[in-house]
Amino acid sequence: MSGHSSYVPKTGFERWLDARLPIVRLMHDSAVSYPVPRNLNYFWTFGGILMFMLVAQIVTGIILAMHYTAHSTMAFNSVEHIMRDVNYGWLLRYLHANGASMFFVAVYVHMFRGLYYGSYKAPREVLWILGVVILLLMMATAFMGYVLPWGQMSFWGATVITSLFSALPIVGETIVTFLWGGFSVDNPTLNRFFSLHYLLPFMIFGVVILHVWALHHVGQNNPTGVEVKNVQKDTVPFTPYATVKDVFAMVCFIGLFSYFVFYQPNFLGHADNYIPANPAVTPAHIVPEWYFLPFYAILRAIPDKLGGVIAMGAAIVVLAFLPWLDSSKVRSMSYRPIARQFFWAFVVVCIGLGYLGAMPAEGGYVIASQIFTALYFGYFVALFVIGLFERPKPLPSSIADSVLGALQGGSGARMAAATAAEPNAKG
Amino acid sequence: MAQATDTKSTETTRRDFLMLATGAAGVVGLGAVVVPLVSQLAPDAQTVAAGAPIDLDLAPIAEGQAIKLFWRGKLIFVRHRTKKEIDEARAVNVATLPDPQTDEARVKAGHEQFLVVYGNCTHLGCVPLGNSPGDPKGDFDGWFCPCHGSHYDSSGRIRKGPAPLNLPVPPYAFSADTKIRIG
Repeated sequence: MSGHSSYVPKTGFERWLDARLPIVRLMHDSAVSYPVPRNLNYFWTFGGILMFMLVAQIVTGIILAMHYTAHSTMAFNSVEHIMRDVNYGWLLRYLHANGASMFFVAVYVHMFRGLYYGSYKAPREVLWILGVVILLLMMATAFMGYVLPWGQMSFWGATVITSLFSALPIVGETIVTFLWGGFSVDNPTLNRFFSLHYLLPFMIFGVVILHVWALHHVGQNNPTGVEVKNVQKDTVPFTPYATVKDVFAMVCFIGLFSYFVFYQPNFLGHADNYIPANPAVTPAHIVPEWYFLPFYAILRAIPDKLGGVIAMGAAIVVLAFLPWLDSSKVRSMSYRPIARQFFWAFVVVCIGLGYLGAMPAEGGYVIASQIFTALYFGYFVALFVIGLFERPKPLPSSIADSVLGALQGGSGARMAAATAAEPNAKG
Repeated sequence: MAQATDTKSTETTRRDFLMLATGAAGVVGLGAVVVPLVSQLAPDAQTVAAGAPIDLDLAPIAEGQAIKLFWRGKLIFVRHRTKKEIDEARAVNVATLPDPQTDEARVKAGHEQFLVVYGNCTHLGCVPLGNSPGDPKGDFDGWFCPCHGSHYDSSGRIRKGPAPLNLPVPPYAFSADTKIRIG
C-alpha cells in the first residue's frame, strides 16, 4: 500500500544520515506520510492505545522490579513496602496492576473491531495470527505477573493454572514438576515466574513490531472492508489525521485508566490477594482476573479434566484459524445482514461466559456455561455456513464513495475534490 | 563421459567435508547445551533433600479429627476416622467409582481408623475442605473442593465432580501402633 517514499531530508545531517541509516525515512514513511483510509472510525485508535499501554506497563514494571523481592518469604512484604515506603510506590503499583486490566480492555475492543470488520481476511491473515500470538503472550505475562505479590489468589491461581498441564496424558505430571521446580508451587516457581514476567513483554514488543510491519505492508482495513483503490481519493496521510485522532482517543482512554487508578484501584482485584500465600488453605471462592473469566468458564463447563483444558485452549487457538473458517469474501459485517446478528450474539456470549466464570461452578451455572461454550464455538461454524448462502448488501464502489456518496450534487463533488487534494497540500 | 557434460563436479570437496563435520559438531553441541538448560528446571538438590522421611505421632489426633502437615512441600491430610466413616467407605460398590479402589487398599491393615492422603485436589490442586469441624465435607462424609466442586468420600476417593483420581496415598509405614514414618 505504501508507495514511493516521500521523505526529503532537509538538513545536511539528515542527508548524511539517510545515506548511511535511513531511520528517519523509515519513521517518516510509517508514521507521517503513510496513507490511512479516510473513513476509519474510533475503533481504529485502539492499536495506538495498545502500543501506549505496552510501553506504560514496561516502564512501570521495570521501576517496580527495582523495589520488589522475588522470594517466597519476602515477596508479599516487598509489595507492601512498595505501597507504603517507596515514594509514589502506591501510584506505580496501581498503574501497573490496573494497567494490565486496561491493556486487556483495549485488546478485547481491538479484537472485536477486527471480528466485526473482517480484518482477519485476506490479505491480513498473518497480521491477524500475529495478533493471536500477542494475545497468548499477554495472557502468559498477565498470569505470571499476578503470581508475584504472593498473596492467596497469587498462590492458588498459580497452582490451578500450572495444574492444567497435569491433564496431559503421560508427560503431564513431569511437565508440572518442571514448571514448579519442586513438588508444589514454591520459591523456585516464584523466581522463574518473575524472570519470565520480565522477559515476555519484550517478546510481545518484538511480535508487535512484526504486527505493525505486516499492517503497513498490506494496509489498514476500514469500516467498509473495501480495499483502497485510489490512494489520492481514498486515503489521508497518517500525520496529522490519524496522529491527532489516535492521541485524542489515547487521552480519553487514559481518563478511564486514571479513574480506576485514583478512585477504584482495587475494584478489579481480589481482596484475598492481600492475605499472604498459605499452601495449607485455599480461599473459599477462587476466580482468575476478570479478563480470563470467559476462558475459565469454558474450562469448568466441560466435566472432564483433559477435555476442559483442551476446550479452553481451543477457544483461543480457534481464532488463529478464523481467516479460513469464515467463508464469506465480504469483510465488513455492515454489509452482511445475517452474519452481523451472529456477531452481536457472539459478543453477548463472550460477556455471558465472563459472568459465568465469576459464578460458583454448581447447578444452573454449569449448565449455562455448557450452553454458552457450545454457542462460542458455534459462532465459528456459523461463519462458515452463513458465508455459503448469505446475500450481502451492495458494497460501495470505493472508500471515497462511501464517505462522500451521501453528499449528492455540486457541494459533494466540490468537497471531494478539496479533500482529495489535501494530502498533496499537507504532505 | 558424465564429467564432461556436468557443470558441477560430483567429487567430494573439502567444503562438503567441512559442511558435514561442522553440522555434526553443531548438532551434538546443541544437544549438549539443551540438557543443562532444561535440567535446571527440575527440582533442585535442596528441594529433593527436603524429601527425607518424617515421623509423626498419631496419638494426639482424636477420633473424627484431621490434621494437615507438609512433606516435600506437599500438603498431607491425616484423618482419624470414626466407625461410621469407615463403614461408609467399605459399603460402597467399588466398581461404580470413577477411580475404582477399595478402602482396604488405601489404609494399613489393623490401622483402618487412620487415613493418610495428599491434600491437594487431583483436579487442579486446590485444598479440599473437610478437616475442621465446621467445614463442608461434601456429599460423602469426606472432603469437598470449593474451587470446582469435587466431592471425596471418607476414604479420599473421588465420587463426584471434575477431579479424575482419588487423593493419592503417600508412601508411609507404621513404626509403632500410633506412629508413622512418611517417606
